[in-house]
Amino acid sequence: MSLPMIDPSALLTTHPEAVPRPETLLEVKNLRLAFGGVVAVDGLNMNVHRGEIVSVIGPNGAGKTSAFNCITGFYRPDSGEIAFMGKSIIRTRPSKITRMGMARTFQNLRLFSDMSILDNVRTGAHAHLRQHWFDAFLHTPAYRKTERACEEDARYWLDFVGFTGDTLLYVTQLPYGEQRRVEIARALATNPKLLLLDEPAAGLNHTEKRGLVDLIRRVRDLDIAVVLIEHDMGLVMDISERIIVLNYGKEIADGAPDDIRANPLVIEAYLGAGDDEEPADGADQASADPGQPLPPAPPSLPEASATADRSDGGEARR
Amino acid sequence: MESLKTYFSGQRGVYHGIAIAVVVAVFALPFITIDAYTIQLATQALIYVLLALGLNVVVGYAGLLDLGYVAFYAVGAYTSGILTTRLGWPMWATIPAVVAACVLAGVVIGGPTLRLRSDYLAIVTLGFGEIIRVTAQNLSITGGPSGIFGIPTWSFGSWSFNDGLTVGGLFFNGKILLYYFVAIVVMVLGLIGIPRLANGRLGRAWRAVRDDEDAAEAMGVNTYTTKITAYIIGAVWAGLAGQLNASLITTISPTSFQFLQSALVLMAVVIGGMGSVPGVVLGALFITLAPELLRDVWENRSLMFGILLLAVMLFRPKGLWPATSILPWSRDKHRAKVDTKPAQARAEEV
Repeated sequence: MSLPMIDPSALLTTHPEAVPRPETLLEVKNLRLAFGGVVAVDGLNMNVHRGEIVSVIGPNGAGKTSAFNCITGFYRPDSGEIAFMGKSIIRTRPSKITRMGMARTFQNLRLFSDMSILDNVRTGAHAHLRQHWFDAFLHTPAYRKTERACEEDARYWLDFVGFTGDTLLYVTQLPYGEQRRVEIARALATNPKLLLLDEPAAGLNHTEKRGLVDLIRRVRDLDIAVVLIEHDMGLVMDISERIIVLNYGKEIADGAPDDIRANPLVIEAYLGAGDDEEPADGADQASADPGQPLPPAPPSLPEASATADRSDGGEARR
Repeated sequence: MESLKTYFSGQRGVYHGIAIAVVVAVFALPFITIDAYTIQLATQALIYVLLALGLNVVVGYAGLLDLGYVAFYAVGAYTSGILTTRLGWPMWATIPAVVAACVLAGVVIGGPTLRLRSDYLAIVTLGFGEIIRVTAQNLSITGGPSGIFGIPTWSFGSWSFNDGLTVGGLFFNGKILLYYFVAIVVMVLGLIGIPRLANGRLGRAWRAVRDDEDAAEAMGVNTYTTKITAYIIGAVWAGLAGQLNASLITTISPTSFQFLQSALVLMAVVIGGMGSVPGVVLGALFITLAPELLRDVWENRSLMFGILLLAVMLFRPKGLWPATSILPWSRDKHRAKVDTKPAQARAEEV
């Protein structure tokens, strides 16, 4: 059985929202990144507008995390243009990009393990905290003032993400779900305009996922745009205003959740095409007819890939 | 009175209490005995404490494994030695020069090396430590292999530390006065200042870089400048200790700045507990005093010392006094005071 022929260009709809978003926060044009012979990101184009929730999905190895790492400055793309709030951020240090208002979390939790929860979140305030080390050395009134403001800030964000525990514990003493919350609080403490979440729901249970959906919406209500990479289709379909689908480093679809669900290219990317081929991803989904639209929440697909994807991040660990 | 009692039973209070007790005890030592050997040993121990405090910033807080720390110790010693013997500067006037030389050395050595991580950094710093030593051995201004001798003591106007001073009917000679009491003053400065730095914005950045460099960068911390700041502060601190030591022993030569020295200071930091100020003080005292105290106990003291080190690493792998330790009796009080309601409720349940 084969899929009906469709003109791909007809599927690349740009921003189908009814309400026009006035401001483009992030603009990625023709982004390309190769590791030797492996092309991780191959001519990616995407835009993120002010205050919207966008999901980036795609099979394992589609280049989602690589694209994230290019956008946040951790990888230097081979070619292409990335502009954040109208300014090019190619060849800019990640810390400077963060200062400009783009925060991120990591696929595998990367909290500061030997620091208290409060200190973790206070570190997020580093960029906009005006404090000279000499003030810290002398404990001047300026130091006390800035430190108090910083702590209040940190407690506000911990409160915002719904963390109610003891803030003086070390992060390693917390259960996994709580650590995820703290990581988001830490990213929010940088005062971002755009928050990139790399698989925020991985490893969370059902209740925690519901809490996450609520949290992401509340973040958006603060006029912070949220971009998330996620494998949990239920969550993605529920929360996203727009979904960008990547495959082999290319954007294959961009649209509202309902359009994406019915998009044959997306279905092909996830389930594979052709009779003789084994499905590339989510092998246990083979029973589902590829001709059918993607089910609203294919539970086994995201779960299986979420665990498998843990190690493929390609983030340079120390 | 009651509030004082509460204060000293909290975590901070216990730290402060111990610190005050130690400083008072150290300060009182010359009033109990002016035995030259004891004071000399105690001064040597204090200089190691200074070095360990400085290296703790680099290794303990910023997580940069520096195997050539003694290079900065040498820079400080040689700068003050050259300026006083060759140019006739008074010792106190060389302090700014020592600081400047160490900042420069920190930038020159740290600039290229701090782009590297962990193991690579360790190897390169090891190399730079040796480069400094070999340079000192081959330059004529540093006196070549025989080094610099006759380094003058500290003098202010007509009075110098060699004249000694009489305090409360007790006469203190130059050695005790300067090299012991000044070392105490500098140590107290470090004991107060370094934890303060570590708890501020810069210190949080150091610890963040140590725990996860990429995550720190993602939080807006410029990891490069953060690391180099830690490196420079450590360098200046070692330089001042070097200056103190140079004027104490009056003779410096390349043999006093060998790798073994770097290894010993690093050992003090690791044994004491990386990133823990009381820990590294304990570690430095252990490293310097244990071989001496063991002298009377057993002939094979080096072997005994080695076994003790092994035992510490086996049974206290995070150090004698780890940075993450919470004193058991102060735990609940500390939390309840600082934290919000839920924690209080939790503490009551337990």
